This record gives sequence, structure tokens and C-alpha cells, in this order.
Amino acid sequence: MKSSIIMHPLAVRLMHWTNAAAMIVMIMSGWKIYNDEVLFGFLHFPEEIVLGIWAQHALQWHFLGMWILVLNGLAYLTYGVLSGRFRRLFFPISPRELVREAVAALRFRLKHTDLTHYNAVQKSLYVGVILVVALQVVSGLAIWKPVQFSFLVSLFYDFQGARLAHFAGMTAIVLFILVHVSLAILVPRTLLGMLTGGPRLDASRETAVTPSPTSNP
Amino acid sequence: MPLRRPFTSLFRPQRGPDQTVLTEHRELIETIGRRKLLRGTLSLGALTMLTGCNISDRDAVQTVLRAVSGFNDGVQALLFDPNKLAPTYTASQVVKPPRFNAYYEIEDLKPVDIGGWKLELSGLIADKRPWSLERIYALPEQEEIIKHICVEGWDYIGQWSGPNLRDFLTRVGADLTAKYVVFHGNDDYMESIDMPSALHPQTILATKYAGEPITDPFGFPLRLRTAVKLGFKNPKWIRAIEVTNSYSPGFWEKQGFNWFSGL
Repeated sequence: MKSSIIMHPLAVRLMHWTNAAAMIVMIMSGWKIYNDEVLFGFLHFPEEIVLGIWAQHALQWHFLGMWILVLNGLAYLTYGVLSGRFRRLFFPISPRELVREAVAALRFRLKHTDLTHYNAVQKSLYVGVILVVALQVVSGLAIWKPVQFSFLVSLFYDFQGARLAHFAGMTAIVLFILVHVSLAILVPRTLLGMLTGGPRLDASRETAVTPSPTSNP
Repeated sequence: MPLRRPFTSLFRPQRGPDQTVLTEHRELIETIGRRKLLRGTLSLGALTMLTGCNISDRDAVQTVLRAVSGFNDGVQALLFDPNKLAPTYTASQVVKPPRFNAYYEIEDLKPVDIGGWKLELSGLIADKRPWSLERIYALPEQEEIIKHICVEGWDYIGQWSGPNLRDFLTRVGADLTAKYVVFHGNDDYMESIDMPSALHPQTILATKYAGEPITDPFGFPLRLRTAVKLGFKNPKWIRAIEVTNSYSPGFWEKQGFNWFSGL
């Protein structure tokens, strides 16, 4: 059966890059906001990598990026569920496979020849980062509206707990981005795929798998 | 061929400018656009290199960011539940003394000269007679042990008491349907809050902290304490209260902070 579905349909690519831009705004403005009242005395983010001259500018960016991130994220989740993309690409995740492939990945021995199929490490990272971003929105709402949404604050013990969780979420997302971007650069076909759409889903299945000494994003 | 139709409006000239000028210089005009675009792109690129990412105070950027901040004011007003109470705490959790904060250091504090102090009232208020501190102390007191949350991210638990603002506004015959309550501080600090937040049960005109009159650094003789706003929306050293329908940004909003800043 001839399918016309490509790996990353236009909608996915638009949402991916919108999310990337919004995420960069959120992270860099968040660092500036953090600098005004640090959680850890040893950690201040250098002025060169923050967004906003003063805290008020950083807050302005943060509360603009918030809308783009949340609306785009909701559209992405809706699309992912309704189109079957999540079910097809992210599930099932086999724990046995995950352990085996994680070990292989750490030895740089994990093959990634078929772009249309995610291995267990990729699946868990993608699902994981989606959950972290969702949690980040929850802790963000708790910090923004600690009275109106006081029940959200209690999820994190108290207001400072919510700030700490928001910081931890940021750290997890930044680590994900570092791994994600490094691997996309190591396997440029994947980066190209997120720009042009990538291989057709059926065509790639028929292509003979040729081993390539690459890892996966 | 005319480049555009002549205007017919009363406020416009009957005919457009001499079209030959446009025709003769058509080529130049077209290249200007392209050149400007190129130059604009280059300077935008150079700008990001020179200043990192700090393009935030550019007029065009500020216009967009402040418009979004204004939109967020509206969203927050919708999210605000006038009956939702902020969490309260026990007397043993109270921090003494409270944390000092102002737009200057504590050494530069100019205490209120209580001899000449009176609380002035203006705007949409029926009884505008000024209030002496004795009369304010004589009003029924409400005590609340609530969290002070600063826009910077820190917080502490404080024990505040003084007349309830809704009761006070009712007593002086303020128009409770007006949009804003404005507080003028002794150090030229001004802040305005929305009427629903002013009427919230946990909004008081605080005269005491932990049972004692508020000391100079923390707003003596009178300050606002509301459990539903960030710290900077709680002006200290209040000398005048105004009820109005016209919006005026406070000290920090003029610097770019969000006006509603509700918790």
C-alpha cells in the first residue's frame, strides 16, 4: 500500500521550531529572572547568555514566551494523540531494550539507520522531555499564581519548592537540548529531516538497511 | 498612469502629489526598499553580536512586550477569584523583623515626620476629610499572618494588622465600582491596584507588625498589605489614597514590570 505520509509532516516541523524558539526565550529569560534571587549562591548565569537587560525585561519575555510555548505545546499534544504519531513513534517502550540500547549508546555503538523508527532510548527521552515540559508548566503556574492556584504550590511543598522544581525542570530540559542538538549534528540527516520532512514512511521500510557508524538524536 | 487614486476626503488634498516625480524616480524608490532591507538585516545581525541578546529596551520590542504584559493584566483579572483566600500561617512562623525592600538602600530611608502626617483622600470618595493616625488606630483591626512574595523570588511570613481596606473604603463612601485604588507613598512611590483586589478580604491598611506599630523601614505609619499581590504592589509610608477610573502606572510598572502582578 502506497502511503504518502512523511516522517515529519509540515505541522510537526512548524510546531517543533516554534517550540525551539519559545524554549530558548523561556530558558534565557528564566536565567535572568533567577539571577535576581538565586537559589544557589555559587550559581549566577553570565549576562552574555541571558535575555533581558533588567529583570523586568526578562519577565516580559518570559510571560510572552509562556503563551507561545503553552499554545504550541497543546497543539502538538493534540496532534500527536489524534494523528497517532505518539502511538506510532513513541510506544511501546520496552525496558529490556531501553537498558540494552542505553548501554550501546554510551559506548557510541548504537546504530541509527532507519530514521522512521525510534529506538528505546529515543522514545524514553522524547516522552520524558514532554512530561518534564508539562511539569514545568505546572510549577510555572504555581510560581505565577501561588494564591489562585495554591493547590499547585502544595504539590511542591511550598513556594520555594515550586521555584526549585522549576529550576530542576529547566536543568533537565537544557540537558535534553544538549544531547538532542549534539546528536542531530552528529547525524545531520535527522536535522535535515526536521527541516524538509524526511523520508516517506513506507519507502524507508523497503530500503535495504545499510550499517552506518552513527548514533541517534 | 497615476500610481494611486486621488483622495476625495474633505481632510485630504483634492489631488495627489505630482505623479511625474514618482515616475521619474521609480527605480531609485524601488532600490531604496531593498537597500533598507539589507541594511536593516545587517544592523540587526550586528546588534545581536554587540549586545548579546539584550535587545529588550528597543522601542519596537518594548511596544510588543508591554502590549503582551497588558494582555496578561486582563488574563490575571479573569483568573482572580475575589473569594479565594491566601494560605495563612501561625505566629511561630513569623519572621522578625520583616525583610526590608525599596528602590533604595535602607540607609537612604527618610522616615515619615509623624507630626505633620495625615492620610489624605481624593478622587471618587464622598468624605474626603483627612485622617489622623489616632483615628486610624481607633478603627477595628484585622490581623493576618500571610506570605510576602517578592517579584524577585524570595518570600517570608509576616504578621500584619490594621483596618480592612474594604471596610475603610466603605466607611469613607468610596465608589466601590471604580476601577482603581491608588496609593501615594511618602517617598514619591506610587502604586495602583484594581478594585476587586482592594476589596479582597485579606487586603488591609497595616499599622502594626507582630502586634507592634510598624517601624520606619517597613512603612510607618501606614502601608498596604494584601495577600493577593506581589510585594511591590504593597506601598509603604502611605500619605494619600485615591479612588479613580483612570489608569496610572506605578513606580515599577514604569520600569516595565507587570501592572496587575496578582498572586
